[in-house]
Amino acid sequence: MKNNHRFRRVATAALAASLLVGGLAACSGSGTPASAGAEGASAEDIAKALDTETTLTVWGWAPQLEPIVKAFEAKYPKVHVNLENVGTGNAHYTKLQNAVKAGSGAPDVAQIEYNALPQFALSEALVDLKEFGAEELKDNYTESTWGSVNLNGGVYALPQDSGPMAMFYRADVFEKHGISVPTTWDEYVEAGKKLHAADPKAYITSDTGDAGFTTSMIWQAGGKPYTLDGSTKVAVDLQDEGARKWTGTWNQLLKNDLLSPVTSWSDEWYKGLSDGSIATLIIGAWMPANLESGAAGASGQWRVAPMPTYEKGAAATAENGGGGDAVLKQSKNKAAAYGFLQFANGPEGAKIHAANGGFPSTKADLESESFLNAENAYFGGQKINEVLVQASKDVVPGWSYLPFQTYANSIYSDTVGQAYGSKGDLNDGLKAWQDATAKYGQQQGFTVTTK
Amino acid sequence: MGWAFVGPFMGVFLLVFVAPVLYAFYLSLFQNQMVGGDKFVGGANYLQALADPQFWDSVIRVVVFLVVQVPIMLFLALFAALALDSGRLRASSFFRISVFLPYAVPAVVATLMWGFIYGPRFGLFGSINDFFGLNLAEPLSSSWILASIGNINTWEFTGYNMLIFYSALKVIPAELYEAANLDGAGTFRVIRSIKLPSIRGAIGIASIFSVIGSFQLFNEPNILKALAPNSISSYFTPNMYAFNLSFAGQQFNYAAAISIIMGVLTVIVAYVVQLSGSRKDA
Repeated sequence: MKNNHRFRRVATAALAASLLVGGLAACSGSGTPASAGAEGASAEDIAKALDTETTLTVWGWAPQLEPIVKAFEAKYPKVHVNLENVGTGNAHYTKLQNAVKAGSGAPDVAQIEYNALPQFALSEALVDLKEFGAEELKDNYTESTWGSVNLNGGVYALPQDSGPMAMFYRADVFEKHGISVPTTWDEYVEAGKKLHAADPKAYITSDTGDAGFTTSMIWQAGGKPYTLDGSTKVAVDLQDEGARKWTGTWNQLLKNDLLSPVTSWSDEWYKGLSDGSIATLIIGAWMPANLESGAAGASGQWRVAPMPTYEKGAAATAENGGGGDAVLKQSKNKAAAYGFLQFANGPEGAKIHAANGGFPSTKADLESESFLNAENAYFGGQKINEVLVQASKDVVPGWSYLPFQTYANSIYSDTVGQAYGSKGDLNDGLKAWQDATAKYGQQQGFTVTTK
Repeated sequence: MGWAFVGPFMGVFLLVFVAPVLYAFYLSLFQNQMVGGDKFVGGANYLQALADPQFWDSVIRVVVFLVVQVPIMLFLALFAALALDSGRLRASSFFRISVFLPYAVPAVVATLMWGFIYGPRFGLFGSINDFFGLNLAEPLSSSWILASIGNINTWEFTGYNMLIFYSALKVIPAELYEAANLDGAGTFRVIRSIKLPSIRGAIGIASIFSVIGSFQLFNEPNILKALAPNSISSYFTPNMYAFNLSFAGQQFNYAAAISIIMGVLTVIVAYVVQLSGSRKDA
């Protein structure tokens, strides 16, 4: 009996301890950011911080970060940088979000893509870099990338890479079937029909539904489905004019079986890109390096052209992917962290980034003679950067993502994906996506309006 | 004194089993919002889950999976075990190891491998369709995907269940067979009257393992989702739903409530399976 009693007491203590741990975790979640108040620093403060023994932690997965960090440490030997790859994309954001929620454990600097930036900026996880005078850097970056980091009147990251969209196409396939390279979406649909009729195994492009692609296509069509008012009011309208323009074109491809049913980034996809059964890709300017490594067999066959448009001759494109680096509010050494950003996302870092296969966001690098005139052997010697840099200037302005875009994207296949799967009306899919997105936003405490 | 012996076990048991369950239960009583932070909501998450069509959709899907896949797999395993036990197979040890081998392949690798086979364009299925000019089923389409996953699971776990049955068959005393032989019982009579009744316990155990496995279905659909995003929703199985809610949607609290409900459901179903098994025994 006595032993039994003791066991019970131990059990109660263990239970109490586990509840206590839970209680602490729950409390810290609602906590306010660690330090508020004046955090700004002058150029001298930043220079001083970079000349003091410090250790910075940087989270990111971009392969270019490693050479950038090396060059940074060589220039500022007193600052040590721990570069940690905690995952790619969502895995990285989940860890970052957890650290923010826990109130500790976040890095000083984190890589954040443009579509995830509102989530972290609006939840006050990031330092407004205006306090360090970042707004003066505005003219160094392309308009669209600056627009992506400039949210609600603050600057929450410095841009690193960008992904203005262009059309990558198989010159050999178009030539073989005597099809001219499309410049408008109507011509694109026609080309798709001709190609598939000439060779039933060939498709104009592959698409099984991808949230990033859909939002970029709506962006190019002039749609503004997500509007933010302050940090808690959101409007979602996935049936605006731009969205309908896109579905008007894409429904034709989908319903006529003109889209290769191969999922992007799969093994089959790369095979299709190699053997010519996928004739074009509408994708960000960061694609060339992926084509070279993933579809090496098609060397010399791919070319780049501007993205087709809805009106002939009116150039328009959108950003697809890309991101920058941000300073976390939890950082104990924000001045040094900003110093790192100035290097990594400034002229020095941008050069290293471009030299390692990245597509830059800095005007100086985009317009440098050597970048523009580089002839790419994989693309048959075409000066592809001329097309891609022009694309970076033709991005339709005024786009914004949701403060919970990463979740919205994760339920895309439940909604729009169903329309793809059944070859139905993409408008129905977009409506379902809008409803599911709005429902989540409301659960998360946002005021969401839909049309 | 007794507690000193079970103490180490109890310590570990409390730490790695009871504490996480209690913590999940504790979490499930709260709600965390991006705007508004944490608040105590009592049973609201449970009420929401019980009225959540996506949750029930996922539960019904694993129940359908269980009802179809588990009997097929156990029947195949039983057949293989009886064949081995009959002693009439040539190269029986080769047969045994080759049926068992898929179990040694990690589920992730197995799923990737089957994903390649299922591919509509360049996979084995695509090639067979091409070669014969057929248009057989598309294994990754939404109408076939559950069957395709069932096929992967059957391939993976038939050998494992076969071993459970085979080892149960091995301990049947030889005298029973001799007696049956003297009475003039044929092979099928021996199977029906001696072998099957003797391994009823093993069949029960294998059923319970398979039921639990079905309810916990996660690896296979989650990996195939990369190849067939439109056929596998984010709430395809209860585990996937909880996973996506918590790691894509930051809804840890709601995911905890769903996990607890699923845990309770699994216990109930496993208990019912066990009860019906033991009743036959009596």
